[in-house]
Amino acid sequence: MADEALTTIPAPKPAKRAPKEKPGPLEYMRQWPLQAIVAGTLLFLYLPLITLMVFSFNTSRRNIVWQGFTTDWYVKAFNNESLLQAFINSLTIAFFCTIFSVVLGALAAVMLWRFRFPGKTVVEGGMALPIVVPEICMGVAMLVFFARVMPWPQGLAWPFNLGAIIIAHISFAFPFVATVVRARLASFNRELEEAAKDLGASEWRTFWDVLVPHMQPGLIAGALLAFTLSLDDFVITFFTAGPDTITFPVKVYSMLRFSVTPEVNAASTVLIVVTVILTAVGLQMQNKDATEKKA
Amino acid sequence: MEQTWKQAKTAFAAISLPPILWLILFFLAPLAVIWAYSFGENTGPITIDFTGTFANYARALEPLYLDIFWKSIVIAGATTILCLIIGFPVALAIAFASPKMKAWLLLLIMLPFWTNLLIRTFALIAVLREQGYVNFTLEWLWNNTSGIMSLMGMQPLGEFEPMTLLYNNTAVIVGLVYVHLPFMVLPLYSALDRMDRSLMEASLDLGAGHLRTIWSVVVPLAGPGIASGILITFIPALGSYLTPDLLGGTDSQMIANVIERQFKRANDWPFGAALSFLLMYLTVIAIFVQSMLQRSSDRRAA
Repeated sequence: MADEALTTIPAPKPAKRAPKEKPGPLEYMRQWPLQAIVAGTLLFLYLPLITLMVFSFNTSRRNIVWQGFTTDWYVKAFNNESLLQAFINSLTIAFFCTIFSVVLGALAAVMLWRFRFPGKTVVEGGMALPIVVPEICMGVAMLVFFARVMPWPQGLAWPFNLGAIIIAHISFAFPFVATVVRARLASFNRELEEAAKDLGASEWRTFWDVLVPHMQPGLIAGALLAFTLSLDDFVITFFTAGPDTITFPVKVYSMLRFSVTPEVNAASTVLIVVTVILTAVGLQMQNKDATEKKA
Repeated sequence: MEQTWKQAKTAFAAISLPPILWLILFFLAPLAVIWAYSFGENTGPITIDFTGTFANYARALEPLYLDIFWKSIVIAGATTILCLIIGFPVALAIAFASPKMKAWLLLLIMLPFWTNLLIRTFALIAVLREQGYVNFTLEWLWNNTSGIMSLMGMQPLGEFEPMTLLYNNTAVIVGLVYVHLPFMVLPLYSALDRMDRSLMEASLDLGAGHLRTIWSVVVPLAGPGIASGILITFIPALGSYLTPDLLGGTDSQMIANVIERQFKRANDWPFGAALSFLLMYLTVIAIFVQSMLQRSSDRRAA
C-alpha cells in the first residue's frame, strides 16, 4: 500500500537508484533514525537484565569484572534454605491466588456481561478500583485489616499461614481476570445460550457446557495474568508478610539491603526464566485462539 | 441482549454474590478502615481513637508534606513525558513494521514488563553504580580521548572520575522510565495501529514533511491512545514505592515512601492513612481529568 503511494507521485528528478529497494514513505521501521531509537530502547530495556543473568555465572564474588564460568551460585541459592522457602511460598501463593482469581473473575465477568441490574455502574466502578488504586494504599489497607479487623491466626501450619497474603493477592488479581474474560465474552453469540435452554438444558448445564468452553481462552489468559501478578507483587506482600511468611521478592529485597552476592543474580535468573516460559505459553495460546477465530 | 436480573434470580445470586462479597469484605472494608483511621488519633502505642479530627489532613497539608506531594507529581510527570518522547517513535516504528517483525518487537517490549519489578530495579543498580557498565563505558571513552589528545600533542584529560548515577532524583526518574516504558508503548501502539493510514499518505502526497504529518495528522488521530498512555504511566509512577526506595537518595523520597514510614517505623497510622487517602484522591482526579478530555474529544469526533 505504501509502495503504491510512492509510484503515483512522479519523482521530481531522477534519483540514483539505490541498490536496495527504497523504503516506502510509511515504512518507518526501515528508516535509520527510528531504527536507532528502537535499538537504543531495546538496549536500555535488556542490557541490565542480560548483565544480571550473565553475572550469575561469574566466579568473582563482587559482580564487577568477569573472571570465569561457574554454576556455584545456583547451587548456593538452592541450598539457601530461607531463599528456597521464600521461592516455594511465592509459587504456592501464586497457585492459590490463580485458582480463586479465575473463579471470582469469571463470575464477575459473566455477571457484568449477562445481567442488567440496578447499581450496575457502581459495581463496575468497584471492580475497576483494585486496578487503579495505588499499590501502597492497598498495601497499608491490608496491613491494618489483617492487624486489627481480621487478625490471621498465628502459628498455623504451612500453607495456611500464607492465607492473609493469598487473600490480599486475590483482591488485586481477580478484577484483572474479570477484564480479560469479559473481553472474551463480547464475542459470544447469546443465541447459543438460548438454543441450549430451549433444548431443555438447565441453567447450570448451559453455563458449564456452552459458556465455559467459549470462555476458556480468556480463562487461561486470565490465569496466567493472575499468576504473574501474584509472583511479581512486592509492595502489597511487603505489608502483609510476617517473619515466617516471606515471599521471594520480599526475601530478595532484604538480601539487597544487606549483602549483594551473585546468589541473588542466580535466584533472579531462575525467576526470569520461569516468567518467560509462562509468558511464551500464554502468548502461544492466545495466538492459537486468534487463528481459530479467523478460521 | 442483556437479561434483567429478575428473569433469573437464583442464577444472578449465584453468579454475582461471590465476587461482590469478596470485593466488599477484602477490598472495600480494608479501605474503609484506613479511611476511618485518617480521622483518628493515636492515644497509646497501639490504640487509636476515632475522634473525627481533621488534624491528620491539616498536618499532611503542611509545607514539608506538600513539598513531597509536589515532588512526587513532578517526578511522575517527568517520567511520563520521557516515556512519551521515547515511546512514541518506538510505537510508530512497531505499528508500521512488517507483521512478523511487529510480533517480535511487541514481545520484546512486553517481556521486561512480565519480569519482576524488584529484579529489574536490582539489575539497573548493577548497571548504573560507580563500578557499573555506564561508568566503565564512560571511562573507556575518556581514556581513549585522552590518549588521542596526547598523541596530537594536547594536554591529556587527567584521571577519570566515575559519575554518581545512583541515589539521586535522576536515578529515580531513569528507574521509573525503565519500569514504565511498556505501559506507554502498548496503548500508543494500539492507537497507531488502528489509525487510517490513507490520511497519512494523503498528507505526505500533498507535500507535508514527516514531522509535520506526525504533528498535524497522527497526533490528533491518536489522541485518545496518547491520553490513556499518559494516564496509565502517570498513575503507577505517582504511587511508586520501590524505585525511589532503592534508587533514590535521602532527598528523593516520594509520597509512597513517607506513607510506608508512617505505618512501619514512625508508627503513626492515622497520619499515614490521611496521606494514603490524599494520594488516592490525586489518582481519582487524574482519572477524572482524563475521562473528561476523552469525552470532549469523542464529542468533537461525533
